Amino acid sequence: MSTTVKRQRKYFGKRNRLDRPELLAPAGNLEKLKFAIHYGADAVYIGGQQYGLRSNADNFTFEEMKEGVEFANKYGAKVFVATNIYAHNEDLDGIEDYLKNLEDAGIAAIIAADPVIIETAQRVAPKLEVHLSTQQSVLNWSTVQFWKEEGLPRVVLARETSFEEIEEIKKHVDIEIEAFVHGAMCSSFSGRCVLSNHFTDRDSNRGGCCQSCRWKYDLFVDGDLVNADEDTPFAMSSKDLCMLEYIPDLIECGIDSFKVEGRMKSIHYVATVINAYRQAIDAYFEDPEGYELKPELLEEVNKAANRPLNTGFFLDEPGAEDHIYSAEEKPAPYDFAAVVHDYDAETGLATIQQRSYFKVGQEIEFFGPKGRFFKQTVEELYDLKGNKLDVARHPLEMLKIKTSEPVAAMDIMRKKIR
Amino acid sequence: MSYNPELLITAGNIDQVIKLIEAGASAVLVGESKFGSRLTGEFTLDMIEKVIEEVHKRGAKLYVSMNNMMDNKTVEMLPDYLKALASLNVDAVVYGDPSVLMAARVHAPQIKLHWNAEMTSTNYKTAEYWAKRGATRYVTARELNMDEIIDTKQKSDIELEVQVHGMTAIYHSKRHLLTSYANYQMDKKELKTLAGENNLFLMENDRPDERFPIYEDQYGTHVMSSDDICMLENLHELLEVKVDSFKIEGMLKSPEYNIAVVKAYRKVIDAYLANPQQYKFDDEWLDDIKALQDPNRELSFGFFFKEQVY
Repeated sequence: MSTTVKRQRKYFGKRNRLDRPELLAPAGNLEKLKFAIHYGADAVYIGGQQYGLRSNADNFTFEEMKEGVEFANKYGAKVFVATNIYAHNEDLDGIEDYLKNLEDAGIAAIIAADPVIIETAQRVAPKLEVHLSTQQSVLNWSTVQFWKEEGLPRVVLARETSFEEIEEIKKHVDIEIEAFVHGAMCSSFSGRCVLSNHFTDRDSNRGGCCQSCRWKYDLFVDGDLVNADEDTPFAMSSKDLCMLEYIPDLIECGIDSFKVEGRMKSIHYVATVINAYRQAIDAYFEDPEGYELKPELLEEVNKAANRPLNTGFFLDEPGAEDHIYSAEEKPAPYDFAAVVHDYDAETGLATIQQRSYFKVGQEIEFFGPKGRFFKQTVEELYDLKGNKLDVARHPLEMLKIKTSEPVAAMDIMRKKIR
Repeated sequence: MSYNPELLITAGNIDQVIKLIEAGASAVLVGESKFGSRLTGEFTLDMIEKVIEEVHKRGAKLYVSMNNMMDNKTVEMLPDYLKALASLNVDAVVYGDPSVLMAARVHAPQIKLHWNAEMTSTNYKTAEYWAKRGATRYVTARELNMDEIIDTKQKSDIELEVQVHGMTAIYHSKRHLLTSYANYQMDKKELKTLAGENNLFLMENDRPDERFPIYEDQYGTHVMSSDDICMLENLHELLEVKVDSFKIEGMLKSPEYNIAVVKAYRKVIDAYLANPQQYKFDDEWLDDIKALQDPNRELSFGFFFKEQVY
């Protein structure tokens, strides 16, 4: 994806009335939930202890959900829970209680794929909205109409839909459409891949995915190996989605919720990405006619990127340039370094919690919601007793650092690593 | 009515349909690639018209696969296709996308509908959900084990189809990954023709004995299992609970192989039904399949006797 080519408005005339879309963030735990909302998410989706597809994430207890909902309410934000497995018979006992507990915890919606979960929620937890998960691979308006008639207020489309297809779906059916706009992608239709089951006996559709599509493969024709040298094995690994350059198109084709992937990602990732999309969406609504993307927002999301970025299926079908074939693709030269807990304007010292190793002399950046941002080098660093330090080497240690501009609690510090 | 399970196999042309029925199949699944994926061959409406009477004359059934995930453009073509299938008296349509159900309700309400969403048909409650919405049959996911299939059969009344032989789909991408790879390797001439070939397989470093067929069509890239399920010697466990239909997947196999497989399963089903109490599997019944089995592809029990974690 080029950062210099100006966006071509290919698809859409102006629509007269436009609702502000929801910005929907992933939150792997309570801390990430708070950062996602603080940085501008209108809603977050989380996983509970059961029925979600991230069995390795540190998923929420009901108590944590309640705390998350309480925090979200202060910002007017909503909390959704992913209950997106395809259940087996042995999973069925307990679904009712689990969904009732979600409803009691103040969860606004579940994201579900399996009809047994959809139907049970509608029956026993009517206050929970049911959103159809992308695991159902919905590509067309008629299927969207089916789910609308089943009483679902929202469908998360398959990642394989284009701008034109989404626009056509919206034309045919009056329903909320949610689409992934940023993050890692299955290279298969989501839910239509059991590579993990075959390679490792781990059930991908119940959260056991071992990401076999990121592995390297040898490709044979008539029994002869065709990947001619060892550096370029066959691969199905997709680059990550980034639609930040297409905010007007996403809004104007009628997407109601912009979803960011990444329940396993760090608070640095979530804060960086949500911050950028929040600013871009707000800037568009301030002046739709004159809107242009600020280039620094794209720079920001690139600092949190784990893989090279592309536009998925929105513009056209991904080709050779949209897949990762070799190891040369390096992640961003920045890393999460610390979180600000407090700031003393008198001394200019910020109290921070270390999240990874950094040292005096290293280039760092601070950022906060609404685009607050500055760079500096680490000059003065102390422990809480006031001892001067050269390096911050202890995970989660509380430290004091001199900042060149004021900062605030929940601001994030990242470091340059190359 | 006495229990007489269906023996179902896929076919790619008219000749195969007839020969497979004569070998003992009681139903044959065909389709065309506009609406169906992972077919054994391209089977047009004209071909259905030519063969359907012959099928029915032999007391067998002809099903049509419409198992694609449909896009908006294909949705526009569903009414005419379903009307044509209904007027040709095909016995059922196999589908996994609700848009087919939506079109069938209006344009072909008399046609039977078999719900086959492949890897996502995993529990009996979901079977009942689709039955309430018009499906007359539920095809279980290939990733279920024997206990789960038996439990599903015992807990729900809907007709149940279980794949008992052949390869299974394990990955479907809308991306044309072979073309992408060939384009990435532009300088390597031999890669230009990867798309559309059916002689390709993938191998993963740690699993040198397993060959996963991969191919590309207009709907993207498909990867298939490295083993062929073969439940012949354990078929009685499924017969005991009266599974309604046993499916043999015939794709990427020779016609001779598929005929041998049908004959073997026919023999087992008939032997069991003749005397369920005294039934005993004879190892020799496997010989004809083994003789034609690709030595690079294991005959396995699929997930029938596996415990998966997550």
